[in-house]
Amino acid sequence: MNVVIESPGPAAPEGSFGAGFAWAFTRDLLLARRHPGETVLVVAFFALVASLFPLGVGAEPQLLARIGPGIIWVCALLAAFLSLPPLFATDYADGMLEQMALSPHPMPGWIAGKIAAHWMSSGLPLTVLSPLLGLQFGLDAATLGTLALALALGTPILSLLGAACSALTLGARGGGTLLALLALPLFVPVLIFGAGAAEAAAGGLSAAPHLSLLGAGLILAAMAVPFAIAAAVRIALD
Amino acid sequence: MAGPHVEGRALACKRGMATLFRDVSFVLEAGEWLAVRGANGSGKTTLLRCVAGLTHADAGSVERAGDFLYAGHLPAINDSLDASENLRALLALRGVAADAAAIDAALDRVGLSGRRMLPARRLSAGQRRRVGLARLALDPAPIWILDEPLAALDDAGQALFTQLLGGHVRRGGLAMVATHHDLSPPPVRELRMGA
Repeated sequence: MNVVIESPGPAAPEGSFGAGFAWAFTRDLLLARRHPGETVLVVAFFALVASLFPLGVGAEPQLLARIGPGIIWVCALLAAFLSLPPLFATDYADGMLEQMALSPHPMPGWIAGKIAAHWMSSGLPLTVLSPLLGLQFGLDAATLGTLALALALGTPILSLLGAACSALTLGARGGGTLLALLALPLFVPVLIFGAGAAEAAAGGLSAAPHLSLLGAGLILAAMAVPFAIAAAVRIALD
Repeated sequence: MAGPHVEGRALACKRGMATLFRDVSFVLEAGEWLAVRGANGSGKTTLLRCVAGLTHADAGSVERAGDFLYAGHLPAINDSLDASENLRALLALRGVAADAAAIDAALDRVGLSGRRMLPARRLSAGQRRRVGLARLALDPAPIWILDEPLAALDDAGQALFTQLLGGHVRRGGLAMVATHHDLSPPPVRELRMGA
């Protein structure tokens, strides 16, 4: 049992969700700008691995068009995973995480800000680059558009779920491997609906059901995940 | 308006099976500072984290009236940002408005004026601590909870901390400090852990 009775007292600064979000978002974007190498690494990994498949599978246009969306999705998923380990671990190691937890802002605010900044420096460049990589697989214009749209909806979910796993593995030994074991299975539904959307478009069907499900997943994850991470961070700091 | 106030009642904390401390009580009013003393591993850090609300005590309660600032073992300095960026981020996080001139003046005061553009990875442990001192100088929180604030600081740095603590207490602030050093002004209250 522990009771902490708090009263604001004299001259207490006001905290808000928005202010916490803005603080974390601008700070993490500044850090990403300081180290552009990390974003470049994610994008280069994505481009490189996705380009290996046409070389390995052979130049059979039908086969490539058939497997293209799935391969681009798997590569995007792995690339997004690459940038996850330091998301909370750096702040945890240098003591910033406890300062953030003690700030007057509600925890989900700055957590959502961190995730948004993470998406801007990983998921967004992957989404922007995906149509270009899709050309290697001979995908048609409609499929390329659907693929990019699916990634635009899906990669924020990857950032959210990945951030939750990254917070859960804080302080654990072998965190990186554990993170992969935790996060990759959670990415499976996103992969299925994301690749499904592009495949449906390639087959001349409507991609709307897949995209709607991705959108619903994104809303659900955006609502729930910051609160789950707040609980995980509290446990990690205890 | 009531001044700041911190009170711990019959706090106890276990780590695994072992009891780290139990039945720790204290009261702190405006203008007082409490020295938390004790051997290594006696639970000073855990007590401070309980008071800050980071760690859950197994028994007892904490009452805190007033905004507080906690500075733990870890300096909360990001290696990629320079001293003034780190300081600005720490202040902005707590909603403290400080303009560039105030930040420069505070870094000047703690002797980091020539280092303010260096990324923090190039700063020594003591210089990182000094960024923390600049934060103490700028943050108006009436309650300070500080864990070993003198670690890695040289004599001049320790004198600077003493000066900041004296000013804080004179202005009606209160502080709870875990330390092995004898500081002036002498603590109004002293808490011996593991006794």
